[in-house]
Amino acid sequence: MARVTHLNVNGARRALDVDADAKLLWVLRDSLDLTGTKFGCGEGQCAACTVLLDGTPRHACLTRVGEVGDRQVTTIEGLEQNGRLHPVQAAFLEVEAMQCAYCTSGMILGTVAFLRRNPHPTDPEIVAAMDGHLCRCGTYDRILAAVKLAASRLDGSAA
Amino acid sequence: MSAKTTLPPPPEVELERYELRETPRYRFAFDRRGFLQSLGGGIAILLAARSALPAAAQAAQESGQAFERHPIPQAIDAWLHIAPSGAVTVFTGKVEVGQNIRTSLSQAVADELRVPMSAVTMVMGDTARVPFDMGTFGSRTTPQMGTELRRASAAARNVLLNLAAKRWGCGCDVLHAAGGAVHDPAKHRSLTYGELAQGELLAETIPAHEPTTPAAEWTVAGAPAPKVNGRDFVTGKHRYTPDLKLPGMLYGKVVRPSAFGATLVAADVSAVQAMPGVHVIRDGDFLGVAAPDLLTAERAAAAVKATWHAQPQISNAGLFGFLTAHARPGREGGVHSSEGDVAAALAAAPHRVEATYHIAYIQHCPLEPRAALAVWNGGRLTVWTGTQRPFGVQEQLAQAFRMPEADVRVLMPDTGSAYGGKHTGECAVEAARLARGAGKPVHLLWTREEEFTWAYFRPAGVIEIKAGVNPDGRLAAWEMHNYNSGPAALNTMYTVPHKLEEFHPVPNAPLRQGSYRSLAACANHFARESHMDDLAHAVGLDPLDFRLKNCAHPRLHDVYLAAAKQFNWQGRRKRPRHGFGLAGGIEKGGHVAACAEVRVEPDGEVRILRVVEAFDCGAIVNPNGLRNQIAGGLTMGIGGALYEAIEFADGKILNPTFARYRVPRFRDQPQIDVVLVNRKDEPSFGAGETPIVGLAPAVGNAIFDAIALRRRDLPMAPGGKLPLTA
Repeated sequence: MARVTHLNVNGARRALDVDADAKLLWVLRDSLDLTGTKFGCGEGQCAACTVLLDGTPRHACLTRVGEVGDRQVTTIEGLEQNGRLHPVQAAFLEVEAMQCAYCTSGMILGTVAFLRRNPHPTDPEIVAAMDGHLCRCGTYDRILAAVKLAASRLDGSAA
Repeated sequence: MSAKTTLPPPPEVELERYELRETPRYRFAFDRRGFLQSLGGGIAILLAARSALPAAAQAAQESGQAFERHPIPQAIDAWLHIAPSGAVTVFTGKVEVGQNIRTSLSQAVADELRVPMSAVTMVMGDTARVPFDMGTFGSRTTPQMGTELRRASAAARNVLLNLAAKRWGCGCDVLHAAGGAVHDPAKHRSLTYGELAQGELLAETIPAHEPTTPAAEWTVAGAPAPKVNGRDFVTGKHRYTPDLKLPGMLYGKVVRPSAFGATLVAADVSAVQAMPGVHVIRDGDFLGVAAPDLLTAERAAAAVKATWHAQPQISNAGLFGFLTAHARPGREGGVHSSEGDVAAALAAAPHRVEATYHIAYIQHCPLEPRAALAVWNGGRLTVWTGTQRPFGVQEQLAQAFRMPEADVRVLMPDTGSAYGGKHTGECAVEAARLARGAGKPVHLLWTREEEFTWAYFRPAGVIEIKAGVNPDGRLAAWEMHNYNSGPAALNTMYTVPHKLEEFHPVPNAPLRQGSYRSLAACANHFARESHMDDLAHAVGLDPLDFRLKNCAHPRLHDVYLAAAKQFNWQGRRKRPRHGFGLAGGIEKGGHVAACAEVRVEPDGEVRILRVVEAFDCGAIVNPNGLRNQIAGGLTMGIGGALYEAIEFADGKILNPTFARYRVPRFRDQPQIDVVLVNRKDEPSFGAGETPIVGLAPAVGNAIFDAIALRRRDLPMAPGGKLPLTA
């Protein structure tokens, strides 16, 4: 059985020893105790488990840890820098774009990746980009507002 | 001490059936004296339960329990502690499931105690540390616990004022409390709460009727407050139940039956025995595994060859016929509400509308599936789980393992939503059973399929309405029967001289059913407000005018006008395939009116373009949180209104995934305008439920306005499209 012994997570090379068939979600949560990445459905339908692989959003619940290789994994725990929130985190907090907040980690990572790709999105572009993210509490209007606030703040900055 | 008015007691709200059967119980096993002593010093305020029974008080006296000069009553609703550091800790059995009650209760305490919110910590839903509470449901936290915590806080403030007066040798009337300190303005001196709370613990038990600050004088409450611990949620630091770990913990998996009610005939576990570190636990029809990691647990569960015996069961196709055929006549055999002679009035009414409505089974789908972490320590059991009823789960665990409730501790981390779906503790029982069998702590997290299948459902229902209206637009007669979905909001809020309203329970309903956000108020409002629309058309009146003509509730009247104004109801202009609808209601102390605009595509797809909802739940505690709850309720309501339906056959759920069970997404989100009607002269009520009830009928009425198609079934657009050729 193939094993995975290293993972690049949030800028650090982490040693571990897990079955290559294990899903990245459970390796992050159970082996590395990075529990900010959530399980919601296990079928790629809710995006609560969203992480970034070399900056690209992925459903960690469907990603075999064996296919990650040397790529950089970014989780919600990796966004804060020296105690300062990432502008997307700050925008979600400021708008209070959450209720139970179980979807929030995935929403924030999805937004980070999307705004890097499209720094000046229109509302329909945000809706299309975020449609795979489920918020069962129904806070979509606030999340939309948070994405727009973050876009306005990120404009011109290198984040 | 300043004179304050006492808020009138909130009107009784109707509970779901099984909640009504639940009698109030009080815990005697918990060692309050020990708990109080564990606080060290400071000031403790215990609030005697509003519903305290004389017998309980008697028992307290007979037990000889006394602390300081007060006997400790057995029925305590809440307690509050002010530490010598000045920190305020509140202990309550209420829990946080995303409705933001941790924040709004903190606001109420900070407001009444005259401290900043940052000084307040809420300990919630830990059965070892908080007084008994029936549960967090029925939108009762704000009207009841919010009021009670205010009373406890007001009592604490008075204790502090008295302590300061004693210290300074002056009267209380020259002192005032502000900013976490007692001030004597004439003599320019102050004492912080921490300074006043030095020394031995002072415990005060207060009656339930301590006067509180009227809403017009609130400072912290009544204004937006940031979510307590909000930063922990945007950084991923908050630990929900699935995120908890214990040393040596195993991961559990339940081997599920082939169908509901199936019995376990045989289990071949030979393939699992070769797997290192795997435990197989069989107990009656329960079969599960525990393993050192999740992947191994999944493989072990899959390797168990279980043989189940299942009975044939009914499917969707036969559901509604089954419900009407098996319903009991009247509510628990009796008439729910009856006035006048409805049969004669119906026969005499010049305009009559008669129709039947159908409500599908739906699931709550909280994004955090049921989860539990269980650990045994000798004969004692501790379980962390996401539940709306920590004490209910404690009782369930005690019964399941035949042990005293005092030996069971349930802790409830702030949870990834519930919507009425997490009243029970099945996952906690399963985790505890696995942990006992394995002899190690066990972590259990349900899959989405398990959540769709083994959690309880919002009841399906059939609703029949016959109504008559006079040519002047006044209701003449109203007869409404609800089969199985529930009695909540069954009574019409409109004025009708002759009416009959009955709920007919179905004792052997095909799926396991229970609470859901607003209970049956969604179904009953959908049917009633759709029917009201038909009646308005029957007499040629504008739907708004017709409702106002028949509405004697000033607060409902006001929210209708507020919503209509914001929506520009009078100025709406008919366009092809566009429609406008409105609906309103009263439930759980909330008054709601919604206006909706939809567009129906030629293929039957419904786009909800805009929703305006006006809501009055009395004096507003946290307008920011309230807006969030209303918009969220409306969005969640879209699912039940248009798409959501559980499909089942032979004891199996056929669509147990988000790919096959459509819930509202970003693309379904209309423009939502919330109009808050703040009534500072009225007691505060909850807002987690009632805002959802207006959405489905407003949308249904807008669909009718758009294409003259009356949909009487929830969901109205199964599969995403209206059935244009019925």
